[in-house]
Amino acid sequence: MNLDEIEKDLLKRVADISGVPEGAYNFRINGKSVGKKSTKNIDVKSKAEESGIDVFIEPGTKKDVVHIPVILSESGHKETVYNDFYIGDNSEVTIVAGCGIYNCGVKNSIHDGIHAFHVGKNCKVKYIEKHYGTGPSAGKILNPTTELHLDESSYVKLELEQIAGVDSTSRLTKADLKNDAKIEIEEKLLTHGRQIAKSNIEVTLEGENSTADIVSRSVARDTSKQNFKLHITGKTTCRGHSECDAIIMDDAKVIATPSLDAESLNAELIHEAAIGKIAGEQLTKLMTLGLTPDQAESKIINGFLK
Amino acid sequence: MDKSFHGSGYKTERDALELKNISFLIINGERNRHVLDNISFKFKPGELIVLTGPNGSGKSTLAEIIVGIKSPKSGQILLGGEDITSKNITERAKLGISYSFQQPICFKGVTVRDLLEIARPENQAFKELEIVGLEKDEYLDREVNKTLSGGELKRIEIATVLARNSKVMIFDEPEAGIDIWSFDNLIKVFKKLRQKNKDKIIIIISHQKPIMDIADRVIILKKGSL
Repeated sequence: MNLDEIEKDLLKRVADISGVPEGAYNFRINGKSVGKKSTKNIDVKSKAEESGIDVFIEPGTKKDVVHIPVILSESGHKETVYNDFYIGDNSEVTIVAGCGIYNCGVKNSIHDGIHAFHVGKNCKVKYIEKHYGTGPSAGKILNPTTELHLDESSYVKLELEQIAGVDSTSRLTKADLKNDAKIEIEEKLLTHGRQIAKSNIEVTLEGENSTADIVSRSVARDTSKQNFKLHITGKTTCRGHSECDAIIMDDAKVIATPSLDAESLNAELIHEAAIGKIAGEQLTKLMTLGLTPDQAESKIINGFLK
Repeated sequence: MDKSFHGSGYKTERDALELKNISFLIINGERNRHVLDNISFKFKPGELIVLTGPNGSGKSTLAEIIVGIKSPKSGQILLGGEDITSKNITERAKLGISYSFQQPICFKGVTVRDLLEIARPENQAFKELEIVGLEKDEYLDREVNKTLSGGELKRIEIATVLARNSKVMIFDEPEAGIDIWSFDNLIKVFKKLRQKNKDKIIIIISHQKPIMDIADRVIILKKGSL
């Protein structure tokens, strides 16, 4: 697999790898699969009729990791990719996705990644998705859709992170949970310049004793705009919590709309939302410890998005 | 009340912190209120000084003026003979002034370890936590937020100032929110700090007699005057 320096940097940033990783993988660069590997327990197959892959994980697979990074370094490249994951019962796996875009041309580069997870019973799944844009031109656009179906007693943790440099993103994350299933979603998002970010998270707690915990933290700088919608539906005895915190700076705008839909007397649902500038006393405290105002601001933001 | 000072450690006033004619006003419409009225005072190295007085007498304001959080209407602040009145908070911190806030500051995502490392970048041992009675293993990686009790936050706040190990250390009501066992420990901490550091100025804002008892001098601030 031959990668230039820009592609290597993008790969490092979005998937934290410097070359071919251990375990199963699929590397997609500018619309083409440039490397693909299956293992004994994990089968990675290209789709026949549309762009994307199917990943089949054998029941009982333990502690395996699948990497499926996407790199766009050709300006003007546009793609919609469908990745489906079928995770067998009693599996424990980590899936590392992520997309990095480098744009130095005049055209938009767009990656729409549509992921569907079919999670079997008693599974433990961690899904890490980092998005990053770089290069002198605007038009770096990422629109991920993530759908999750959690069977009984399964657990999924999503770590969704947009590090920097993405000019426009519209994210949709949907999950439905059966009995005793649990989902944790951590979303971290930073926008700057004139960037726009929309994130819509919808979780439906269908099964008895299912649980959702959603935490979204964001920082909006310059004239960027963010719009968050977090919605939890509780259909039975279940617990749901969503928290949407944003730091707003400069002339940025943030809208946060948490909503709850309780369809059962035994649904316990909570939402919290807070938008505000960096608290003056936080800056002051760090300055009394010797940081400059800029260093203090950076420390607070990095900590907030850590 | 000005207890006689037997500063066995301090031999020179070169590193003294001196306030000269400090005044601070709160402007409220056409009515101005003097929070501090022409305060002059010299804090000498090797001293532990307790600043006390009724609520609203200007104790915290005086501390915040020394730290650089507030600017006086008039007057000068000198550290080691250098006029630092125009210096900002960061510059004063680097010159050796540190401050433990009356109300500890909470953060999201900033851990106890982060704060202690900022306070002293070369800090590896984090002994300050144990000095204030908190287990390192239990607290280092916790976020400095409301999941900690008021007493825990207060002790972490104090630990950040101990970590700075500055020339001038100011503790604003360190006893607030702290249980009686931790308070006893705190008295020992301040005693030891005083004994070990003959070149430092320790200023404690407090109403507590046990803290006044360990002071070299107790200053009473009333209606903005000493």
